[in-house]
Amino acid sequence: MLEELQYPFDANYILSKKKKLKRRLLEQDTEFIDKNIAILGGYTTSNIKLIMELFLLDKGIRPSFYESEYNMYYQDAMFPNKELEDFKPDIIYVCTSNRNITRYPSMSDNSDTIDELLGAEADKLYGIWDSLSSRYNCPVIQNNFEMPLYRLLGNRDAYDIHGKTNFLTRLNMKLYEYAGTHDNFHICDINYISADYGLKEWSNPFYYHMYKYAVAVPAIPYLAHNVANIIKSVFGKNKKGFVLDLDNTLWGGVIGDDGVDNIVIGPEESEGQVYLEFQHYLKEHCDLGILLNVDSKNDYDNALNGLNHPDGELTPDDFIEIMANWEPKDSNFDKIAAKLNLLPESLVFVDDNPAERHIVASQLKGVSAPEIGEVQDYIINIDRNGYFEATTLSDDDANRGKMYKENAKRANFKSSFADYGEYLESLEMKAEIKPFKSIYMARIAQLSNKSNQFNLTTRRYTLGEIESIADDNNYIALYGKLTDKFGDNGVVTVVIGHMVSDKDVAIDIISDNGLVCDIDLWIMSCRVLKRDMEYAMLDTLVAAARKKGIEYLVGHYYPTAKNKMVKEFYNDMGFDKVSEDEEGNSLWLLNITGDYKKQNRYIKVEEY
Amino acid sequence: MTREEVFDKLNKVFADVFDDEDIVVNEDTTADDIEDWDSLEHINLVVAVENEFNIKFNMGEVNSFKDVGAMVDNILEKLA
Repeated sequence: MLEELQYPFDANYILSKKKKLKRRLLEQDTEFIDKNIAILGGYTTSNIKLIMELFLLDKGIRPSFYESEYNMYYQDAMFPNKELEDFKPDIIYVCTSNRNITRYPSMSDNSDTIDELLGAEADKLYGIWDSLSSRYNCPVIQNNFEMPLYRLLGNRDAYDIHGKTNFLTRLNMKLYEYAGTHDNFHICDINYISADYGLKEWSNPFYYHMYKYAVAVPAIPYLAHNVANIIKSVFGKNKKGFVLDLDNTLWGGVIGDDGVDNIVIGPEESEGQVYLEFQHYLKEHCDLGILLNVDSKNDYDNALNGLNHPDGELTPDDFIEIMANWEPKDSNFDKIAAKLNLLPESLVFVDDNPAERHIVASQLKGVSAPEIGEVQDYIINIDRNGYFEATTLSDDDANRGKMYKENAKRANFKSSFADYGEYLESLEMKAEIKPFKSIYMARIAQLSNKSNQFNLTTRRYTLGEIESIADDNNYIALYGKLTDKFGDNGVVTVVIGHMVSDKDVAIDIISDNGLVCDIDLWIMSCRVLKRDMEYAMLDTLVAAARKKGIEYLVGHYYPTAKNKMVKEFYNDMGFDKVSEDEEGNSLWLLNITGDYKKQNRYIKVEEY
Repeated sequence: MTREEVFDKLNKVFADVFDDEDIVVNEDTTADDIEDWDSLEHINLVVAVENEFNIKFNMGEVNSFKDVGAMVDNILEKLA
């Protein structure tokens, strides 16, 4: 991660040093995921591509690009395109602007004509997206429309149907209707970011007439950053929570010195109001399932007193882990991540003290510790980084905080049992393990993109791919949902396997002509580790496979920097190792023709 | 600022934009002399030069630069 690419960044610096920055990003010890990104432009997109590449590399995504010829977005989307087909895009970005509007209303048009114009403009776009999704079956990102550069009718432009402002606003609503009913479709809100940047500079005609850029070149880093945030979210690289300092971060003053009565928080005066607004901003994240944690150099009791302050909005209940002690902040941070079963890089560090930010960011790889500035800037500087870009929203997101808290309760409960089996017994676990269901597709796709540790093959799936697998009889695709006495954990594990005849599998020991299930994906959320859920999954997988007449299960382990915990997973599951290459990729086999003894003992599973 | 000082600063800008520390431009340098200097990079160069000297070129000016010398003339005019 490069500091130069974190918001607030210096856009001119990024533009002029982009080649050097790219070199530095590639020299870093990052484990990249590779993605093919197609940019279909309604104007020049060269710099958008180059700067987007920097932000993506910074987020661990190494892009290959397809870039349409100048203003060929419509042709590329609507007609067969061998080059784009061969490119196999993982995501398509349609980069257009209000310069691409075919025709605006004229003053003599009546309302029916204007409705028709609007419909035609929307239908052109709907046609593009439908065509892209049926040809390429991948997520599509579409710019909405920025407001016009001038207002012929002055303020009336906003509400009169002849106004360009009115027309573009109505057209944007048509885009949102489509977005609301298509999960694999995302809006890049340039209407917002152009306003944020300053519309008259964003749409400075100099850059359009000189170079056919419909966005001013100095504004391109802001656009590229915004698109990169959507892409990283689609590919499961969102952050998952905050680790927060207390003194001068959540309230003004130092509670240990000033006492709880003298910290600055609440509606009484200006500074207290700003801290209160920041607490409110953090609290809103709880509803999205973003986890709040505390990492503070304070006595624990003082920390709790501050959080219980009657004029504050946050309470101790809003936090999952509260670490208030005199240990170095990076070591507390690491412990918080471990307790949550998350990698440190999934958490954002918020602290007013630059020295603390530095130690955390330098000791823990990949952790974002934004320069939050003065208290009135905290919200903007965090928000504009787009850490939690919500490309999907599942019910699980809203409940995540609750689930983590239940987990903390389970951990306390655990200490009172003689052996682990007795503990598992006492959890009264119930599981639902079934073929993919439409209500869970979004969660399944999300899980496939977010799971790094308990993930045997680290294959990522888009929602479209998940949906087609669910419909394909050649696949066995199971999700597992786990409930216990403390609550519902939601969908926490997924297995996908496809059927092949043994001739397709290079394993000599299968001599007969039976069917084989080759397991493409086996993932589980780390919040249900050591609950025997994996055994329950295997039992159901075996049952489902036998129903299809399958005789062998084949498993693969592909090592990454993050999935060492499952290196011996198939061994533990009773598979035999067939081979292993120098990189550690291993191949495993389980014969399921003979007696298969169910392995799960503690979870009651609903009939398959 | 002297003509030499403008060239010094310009060399740094060119080195950044074309990512080549060895670039040295002179009065007669044109896009033909620098391999990566195409129309897409030209805009980046113009923006970087504008930022370095804290000036703005207008369209007519950008279109009239026949070589680096002409650009330097214009920069000096603006700084005067």
